[in-house]
Amino acid sequence: MTQRAPSLLVEVLSAPGRVRLLDLPGWERLLRQANSANVGAILVFLLEEHGLLDDVPPQPREHLEAARIVALRHRRLTGYEVERIRSDLAHLGLPLILLKGAAYAMAGLPSGRGRLFSDIDILVPKDRLDDVESALMVHGWASTHHDAYDQRYYRTWMHELPPMVHLRRGNAIDVHHAILPETAPVRPDPALLRAAARPIPGDLGALDVRTLSPHDMFLHSAVHLFFGGEFDQGLRDLFDMHRLATHFGAEPGFWDGLVARAIALELTRPMFYALRYATRTFGTPVPASVMAAAAAFAPPRLVLALMDALFVRALMPPHPDCAARFDGAAHFALYVRGNWLRMPLVLLTRHLFHKAFVSPRAAEAA
Amino acid sequence: MPLVADLGRAELARRLGGPGLLLRTGPFVSRIQSNISLVADGIGLMYRDNVIEEPGGFADFQVRLRQSAGLRRWWHPQVRFDHDGREPFAPLPLAQAWPMFEWVMNWCVSNRAHRYLIVHAAVIERNGCAIILPAPPGSGKSTLCAALVCRGWRLLSDELTLIRRSDGMLAPLARPVSLKNASIDVIRAFAPDALLGPSVPGTNKGTIAHMKAPAGSVAQVGDVARARHIVFPRYQGGAATTLTPLSKGQLFIRVAENAFNYFVLGPAGFDCLADLVEGADGHEFCYSQLDEAVALFDRLAGVTP
Repeated sequence: MTQRAPSLLVEVLSAPGRVRLLDLPGWERLLRQANSANVGAILVFLLEEHGLLDDVPPQPREHLEAARIVALRHRRLTGYEVERIRSDLAHLGLPLILLKGAAYAMAGLPSGRGRLFSDIDILVPKDRLDDVESALMVHGWASTHHDAYDQRYYRTWMHELPPMVHLRRGNAIDVHHAILPETAPVRPDPALLRAAARPIPGDLGALDVRTLSPHDMFLHSAVHLFFGGEFDQGLRDLFDMHRLATHFGAEPGFWDGLVARAIALELTRPMFYALRYATRTFGTPVPASVMAAAAAFAPPRLVLALMDALFVRALMPPHPDCAARFDGAAHFALYVRGNWLRMPLVLLTRHLFHKAFVSPRAAEAA
Repeated sequence: MPLVADLGRAELARRLGGPGLLLRTGPFVSRIQSNISLVADGIGLMYRDNVIEEPGGFADFQVRLRQSAGLRRWWHPQVRFDHDGREPFAPLPLAQAWPMFEWVMNWCVSNRAHRYLIVHAAVIERNGCAIILPAPPGSGKSTLCAALVCRGWRLLSDELTLIRRSDGMLAPLARPVSLKNASIDVIRAFAPDALLGPSVPGTNKGTIAHMKAPAGSVAQVGDVARARHIVFPRYQGGAATTLTPLSKGQLFIRVAENAFNYFVLGPAGFDCLADLVEGADGHEFCYSQLDEAVALFDRLAGVTP
């Protein structure tokens, strides 16, 4: 890996006690890096968990508290929206399976504390997509992508409906039937994911609101980052994996069963990357036996060297303090790679061509 | 504490072009970095009475305004705002660098300062009587605010009323007053001694000129005040000066409509606003003559002519 020193933000996320050594300019640097990586509110809850908040000097403390206020509002809105969606879909007799941010928040997981996200993701069986879409439309949710190409792109090739937005409340929902597109070379079986989903604790769990199982949550987070093309929140996403692994690692069976589950879901490569970069970046406590078992799923050495170079750049906070030459190129290479992994070459060429030349013209004409 | 005026133009430009000028405006310190001379000129003129913090200090907000590079340096040059590596706004023509600076300074506060309930309103004080003037653009709020300030009222803020949630007190910012279009000449005629910056035409709000906050208001920026009245002004050509009371319920709703972070704050915002409305009288105010308006405000503050 390159010799770049870890950013102050990464140091603090890995070892929160590091903030005890910060002077005021150091705090300013930390807060600015945290804001640019969209983890400002995550930081306040992390410091609180570690009993470090009371030692924070007043000026940075005020910013942390402001971030907490924004995060608490986000949590209130999420709770309200999840309850609306549950009630909108209740007559279908399906469990409401939440994915990613909404799942972490509603299940009260450490990875959900202070994490901001822009839409609520749910997983439903593919053969019930039409029912779910109609029920949502009846209750005021409307598709945002009106372009015929975009509609076909989602419905034919993707693993989700075109995003829907509530007409009055303005919040967004992504309805997934799988966690990878139809066009990807590996196809984790959604039936396995749904069968292992477990109710969240408390009242909503009793109403059949669920999250994926711990293994699947971790693997979904990994596939989302390492098979996706967007790394602008890469550090935050990798920190999710660190928090999930640290939290669920304490549950019996989590580490013993992870590799077998990744094999069953065909997600061994993203698991390998997640464990490699989480341990290297945040020092995630992963048992040596798991690291050794995961190593069997590494890419060839040359590819791995390239991935190391790309991911190390992409996983820095986007703050100018941390920027270096070629970061833009690394992000672009990963964007193309993300699409490559999800679509065969012919389809990808066609998609990028359409996005580059046809969509802008259609937008202009509209 | 050193003031901007003590720095000298060369040192001001050096700090702006290097590690940043740490400019204090009320409770906040902004780290300002820019190599645009319009920005340096504007700060030198409009903020000359403001305190600057030592270069190694803590800044609440980072404000970086730079010129677009490449072809844009020569052809229709632009100014870009960069906030911790992100650009929340589209670039503007370089000639609008100063209005952009002022907007960005407002944006930083209204997005982050959740220790306060923040209302889109002017606020002035005289005789210990602070009056909040919330209003949508075009209502003549800034004109009225500028006129009052030129007649001895203390300026707390022209755009952002900060209500401290811990005790309901109003925290001053004492930053320039933003005048638009016809108001610029109205204030020039009303107060020939007022210090106005250059007029910038063609912004998305029309022509803009800023009036410097009086030195006395800047010096008293640490003195919080309590709101006694909340007045919704409306300029209407030829109208008589009239003050109409608002019920507490109407007042609450109308202040909430003008607040930036009422919904962000949730229950705490409700409590803060309820206390504010409880302690202040609400009015609608229609005017066409600034002299009459000032006389009426003086009476509200118990000033005898």
